[in-house]
Amino acid sequence: MADSTQILSGDAAVALAAKTCGVTLGVGYPGTPSTEILETLASIGGNAEWAPNEKVALEVASGVSLGNGRALVTMKHVGLNVAADPLFTLTYMGVNGGLVIVSADDPGMASSQNEQDNRNYAKFAQMPMLEPADSQEAYDLTVKAFEISESFHVPVLLRMTTRVCHSMGIVKSGALQAFTPAPYVADAKSKVMIPANARRAHVRLVHVMQDLAKWNDANALHTVFNPASEKAELGVITSGICVMHTREAAPSLPVLQLKMTWPLPMDAIRKFADSCKRVIVVEEGSRFLEENLKAAGIPVEGKEEVFEYGELSVGRVKKLLAHDSSPMEAGAPGRPPALCPGCPHRKTFELLHELNLIVMGDIGCYTLGVLPPFQAMDASECMGASIGLGLGLRRSLGDTPEARRVVSVIGDSTFLHSGLTGIVDLVYNKPATGHVVLLLDNGTTAMTGLQEHAATGFRLDRSPVKPIDLEAVCKSMGVDNVDVIDPVADHDEYSALLQKRLASDDSTVIIVRRPCLMQMKKLAKMARASEVK
Amino acid sequence: MSKDITSILFAGIGGQGIIRASDMLTEAAFRLGFDVKKSELHGMSQRGGSVSSDVRFGKCVLSPMIPNGEADYLVAVSGDQIEVSRPFLNDNTVIVRPSDLSEEDAKSRMANIVMLGFLNRYLKFPQDLWENLIRENFSGPLAEANIEAFRRGCGL
Repeated sequence: MADSTQILSGDAAVALAAKTCGVTLGVGYPGTPSTEILETLASIGGNAEWAPNEKVALEVASGVSLGNGRALVTMKHVGLNVAADPLFTLTYMGVNGGLVIVSADDPGMASSQNEQDNRNYAKFAQMPMLEPADSQEAYDLTVKAFEISESFHVPVLLRMTTRVCHSMGIVKSGALQAFTPAPYVADAKSKVMIPANARRAHVRLVHVMQDLAKWNDANALHTVFNPASEKAELGVITSGICVMHTREAAPSLPVLQLKMTWPLPMDAIRKFADSCKRVIVVEEGSRFLEENLKAAGIPVEGKEEVFEYGELSVGRVKKLLAHDSSPMEAGAPGRPPALCPGCPHRKTFELLHELNLIVMGDIGCYTLGVLPPFQAMDASECMGASIGLGLGLRRSLGDTPEARRVVSVIGDSTFLHSGLTGIVDLVYNKPATGHVVLLLDNGTTAMTGLQEHAATGFRLDRSPVKPIDLEAVCKSMGVDNVDVIDPVADHDEYSALLQKRLASDDSTVIIVRRPCLMQMKKLAKMARASEVK
Repeated sequence: MSKDITSILFAGIGGQGIIRASDMLTEAAFRLGFDVKKSELHGMSQRGGSVSSDVRFGKCVLSPMIPNGEADYLVAVSGDQIEVSRPFLNDNTVIVRPSDLSEEDAKSRMANIVMLGFLNRYLKFPQDLWENLIRENFSGPLAEANIEAFRRGCGL
């Protein structure tokens, strides 16, 4: 692929850049707004696969890097919580082949359960962080991230946000790089993190980060727009999508765009701050830049509390610059999403509503069971949490009739992501009243747009593979009852079975199996397409 | 700066082809040599909820999101989304609404494409560019049906 120019989303630009760098493997778990990165990588001929969860994805990527290959790991912001355990020691171990971690944050929670600001992970885990402002920068900074990773032997965090991931813009891309991993060389002293080695590794890491701070200052991964010839009244320091909003909101203000936002280029920032009488930091989410600049003794102004919530826009940046906390004009509320007409989950939530059960929910389409007309969900926390929540709630309620109303509801992809260990606890620490888990198996990862997983029988690239047998897994773990039911065809039996299991003291998993309608449509379309060929 | 930019807001509900229509406009503007950006939210919107997509083209586009009050055009594939989009409109915003179409077109699955044709009465992008884009987006008889739909929107 020679140089070319095309319209791409930020996600697709990352995929193209990874391909350009000859990435050995892209690995991740689907999560809005990151999902399209690996799908695009596979579609343009790169190697990409879905891991069961983000922790495994980062561990696989670490292994690729250990073997001198280049790895791209993708996930949504909350996925990095799951991957945090390997992450905090990977930075000590360092990398061989380039390793780039994409964290796709979701300020404003377009499709997430929280709006955590993952810039804080860069500081906490001690790794460099790059923040693209549009699709072109997503491409350029992905290439740069691989370079930095290999030059400094550290993983690099590419921190994106919804509006960078899902916005499209013009991208000029470069020629493919030839890349072949060097032969594997064992190096236990820097890769086996027993305390004696880890103590040394920690010192190395701190020194690498100091070197990176100097490198960031020297290599100008920052841009000043409208530089002040004499001392300006007001300047702005910002990064990511906020750069675009700010430049549009205040076209004549001096703006310092930081592309590498950890470790910070403090000399360049000081120089910019000195050129302005006042400096305001424009940032979504937490006060990451503001606090770190203030800690370095750089006098900057922050934002009002209201700007810690949601995403920014041109209009909100104007208000932020004026320290104006008044709300933006809002339109009429839009239509809320709902379970599709004919969705097999509908039968389950009608039943849960009818039986007036206490429902511990999970992350997926079925979280919509909380909305009318079902209103059949009491709690939903994070991926896989429904089982632990249900077990804990039953402990709290003791041996009471109320405890017997508690059910956990989890989807098939979420179950493989982090529900399996919940089943271990169901068997190991079974409450006095037993417990019932409804495993809603619709044969796909529907919420994020119909991705494959280990129980669908297909890999990301649609190559066939032996599927994980969910019944066999639950049975082999020792669950007392493992039932399989079709919520539509066996609707009457479904209600009777659920009530029978709730009345017992057993551990039960009911696999509620019926394919997602959208997935059926997708498969039919693919079948038609292959017939045409 | 924003005076050099044309901003088009597409609004509808999941399944109405909002994303497809805005993708096609984005590609059309790109092929005509404009700087162009497009922004939308995916995810929950697939499930029958409100969907909107912002397309902005011109000499140099900065924010991918249309600022409040700066939509030059609103393409409302679903009429009930006009009020939802109100903050982005101004007194001069041109609204393409289902009532601009024949009853049959407004209800059809190709309403998005008919509306693109209607929008092109103002944008005046070359007809052959659109027809090429439609052929790239749809195959076989579906492409021809959509070209017909686009032409009806144009008033041809």
